[in-house]
Parts: sequence; C-alpha cells; structure tokens
Amino acid sequence: MKRAVFAVLAGLALAAPAWSQSTGDLGLVVERASGSLLVVDQSDRAAIGRITGLGDLSHASLVYAPDQRFAYVFGRDGGLTKVDILEQSVVNRVMQAGNSIGGAISDDGRYVAVSNYEPGGVRVFDADTLEMVADIPTGAKTIGLVDIPGTRFVFSLWDSGETWIADLSGDAPEIIRIAGMGDNPYDALVTGDGRTYIAGLFGADHLTALDLWQDNPTPQPILPGYAAGRTGLPVYKMPHLEGWAQAGDEFVLPAVGQHEVLWVDAKSLSETGRTATHGQPVFAMARPDGRHVWVNFAHPLNDTIQVIDTVSKDVIHQFTPGPGVLHMEFTPRGHEVWLSVRDAGKVMVYDTQTFEKLREIEADSPSGIFFTARAHKMGL
Amino acid sequence: MNRLVALFLAIGGTALAGETATIDGTALERLVLQDCGSCHGLTLKGGLGPDIRPEALAHYDRAGLAAVILDGIPGTPMPPWRPLLTQAEVDWMVTYLLSGGTQ
Repeated sequence: MKRAVFAVLAGLALAAPAWSQSTGDLGLVVERASGSLLVVDQSDRAAIGRITGLGDLSHASLVYAPDQRFAYVFGRDGGLTKVDILEQSVVNRVMQAGNSIGGAISDDGRYVAVSNYEPGGVRVFDADTLEMVADIPTGAKTIGLVDIPGTRFVFSLWDSGETWIADLSGDAPEIIRIAGMGDNPYDALVTGDGRTYIAGLFGADHLTALDLWQDNPTPQPILPGYAAGRTGLPVYKMPHLEGWAQAGDEFVLPAVGQHEVLWVDAKSLSETGRTATHGQPVFAMARPDGRHVWVNFAHPLNDTIQVIDTVSKDVIHQFTPGPGVLHMEFTPRGHEVWLSVRDAGKVMVYDTQTFEKLREIEADSPSGIFFTARAHKMGL
Repeated sequence: MNRLVALFLAIGGTALAGETATIDGTALERLVLQDCGSCHGLTLKGGLGPDIRPEALAHYDRAGLAAVILDGIPGTPMPPWRPLLTQAEVDWMVTYLLSGGTQ
C-alpha cells in the first residue's frame, strides 16, 4: 500500500503541472494573419507554443494582468480575448465593438479598457469576467489610451482633438474633458510615472503635452512648427507613441511627414535636437537604460533599423534584418531586442550591445511582441 | 473632374502599356492587404481609414478610385502612392478592390 501511494505521489510530482512554470521571462507574439499568438520564452530564445482562435489580429495589442499569467488581447475586429499564457489557451472572449485599436489595464488590475474606432469611444470591462462595466461614447475615434494611477484611464479623440480622463474608482465613471489638444491626435504616450501625457498630431506640425499633476491639466504645445515650412512627405504608416519615448532626460519623438526624430527635454519640453532618419519613423524606442534608441520605418523602407545614441543624437548603427520589420521589444533590462520581421516569417533576436543576431524564431506574419514584464509598467 | 483625371490617366496609361507584362499580382495583393491594410485593416474592413471592400467602393468609378490611390486625399491620412506605384499597378489594384480580390 505504501509503495503504491509513493508511486502515485512520485508520478504527480513528475507530471510538472502548468502552474509550476514561471512566467517572468515569457512573451506573446501576435501572428497577425492567422489570429494566433506565439508563446515565446526569452531566456530560451524559443517559441514554446501557440494560442489560436483570436479572430482578426491585424493591428492587435495586448496588456498583461498583474500576475503575468493572463493577457488581454485587443483585436482589430473588436474582439477582446483573455488568454492564459501557461495553459496556452483562450479563457474568455467577447466581441465588444466593430473595430478597435488598442487597450489598457488599470493600475489595480481590476479593469480593462478598450479604445474603439467603431463605435467611437472607450468601453471598460471587468478583468476577471470580461463583463462590461462602463461604456464611454465619444462620437469620435479614440486613440492613445493609457492607464494612470488611481484606477484612471486617459485617451484622446482623433476627430475633435480632445483628451478625456476617466476615473473608474467609484460607482460610475467620472470624466474630465480637455479640449484644444490639436488637430487629429493619432496616438499618445504617458511617462512611466503616469505624469506627462503627450499626444502626437497628424493635422499639425507640433505635439501637445499635458501635465496630469496639474489641478486642471492644460494643453501645452511642444516642438511648435517642427516642419519649419518644409513640405510634408507622404506618410504610408502612422507612427506609434508609447512610454519608451523617454531616453535619459529627454523624449525622442517621431516626426510626421518628415524623416526625422525630434528630441525634447523631459522637464522643460523644449527642443534639444533632431536626428535625420532613413525614412518615416514608426516606432522610436529607447532601450530600457535610455542610452540607445532603436527606430523602424514605414513602407517602403520597413526593412531597415537605425540605432541612435542618446548623447550624441547620431545614428550609430544601421542594418536590414529583413522585409517588413514591424515591431521591436526589449528584454526588461535591455540586453536583447526582439524584432518581428513580418515578410520573412521570423522573429529575430539581437544583442543590444554588439548588434549581433543571436537567434531566429519562426513565426507566421509576426507583428507585436509583448513580454510579461509589461505587467508592472504604467502606460504600456 | 473625373473626365479630366481619366484623360490624364489614359495618356499615362498608354505610355506605360508596355509595363503591364511585369505586374506581380502576388506582390500587389500583399501590398493591398498588408500596407493598405495598415490603415484599412488586413481584411479591408477599415481602421483609421474607411472600409474599402467592394460594397463600400460602389460609388467609385475606376478613374476616381485610381486618382485617390495615386494622389491621396489632402488633409486626411490617405497618402499619395504615385511615388511608389506605376499606373499599371494602380489599375491592377483598382480591379482587385472593386472586385473584392476575385479578379
């Protein structure tokens, strides 16, 4: 009898149940054409599984629950899907809108907000059950949705140039509306401390900042007239803004319609420099230590990456990983960067000190790459 | 306006007629789905840009749609693709979009 019990217990111990695997160095890669997520392990530099059945994931993004185990995926078709990265499965899914662009999770992990184009507005869901808890119609496409402290979300309206702050800490959402952010904000970022919100504009050659610590945050134009009378070049893909724009004591921001990135002092928000780039920047992402900025570009120059040194503002490295470099993600301390090379069907891993390619991982039309450490960062 | 555009396009089209043999349909389809799709969605149902499936394009004639692709719509995020595409390629794309990719 004792031997049988021992054998059963030993068998259970050796079965290695899913909950014994750690999630700290896992990640999810959006496979945009097949409605699936590739599960990756950073330290193994390998794919370890796939989660299917997520609908239209062209332009999809995701956020992690504080436990780094569950993720909420925002699909282009309005699908909101909760996935379990350990079980590699879909836990819950709702079709919450016709067309959505991104989302955020509140600081306490209780609510997931989704930014919708169709119908325009933001909807908020219970993170456990995906039941809708708030519907915030705006009559406009919403962009630049981020979380800030106090169970709050901030987002902007493409059509009317407003920024709204939604406080979800009470029974009903309380909304503060801020007008005058500028023409056609296309995206926005918030700093890692949740204080500075910067909206990029498509319809004007400046950006607009808000100091969320002010009692009545007032739009502050930054980099006014950065095009300096130059003709706008065609923009074949919109730039994207996120908190990784902070590099040291500065922000590095993509210009719209000019092939350059713009540097501003993070405190004074005055211009500190420009770096001419290979093409229209889409993502300008600071390595976690801020010393280098990696930049990718819009079609037709989306096979190229440039690396800029924050101190000199010079391009110090340029290379062509392959056709269609859509997205970049740094490991949490920045020693590696993972690139999705859509048209090569690969995720490529590079050493950020030596620029050496370390690994290629097969992926089906990869786009966004999201590591679990994002669970502990504001505004991503 | 459309007639004038059509005239210009006809002139341009004649000059480029010899290039139709080099149309790479696979690459162009990829362009439509992935790069037009950046704004219009991989399924062309829309995103920042509008739905460009056949039902949504019903009010366009070939010349009008080609003009939008070539010259964009100023004041909106629709850029001019003229620097990157030949008339013949745009004609192929117009056929593709109006037929929902069946031709």
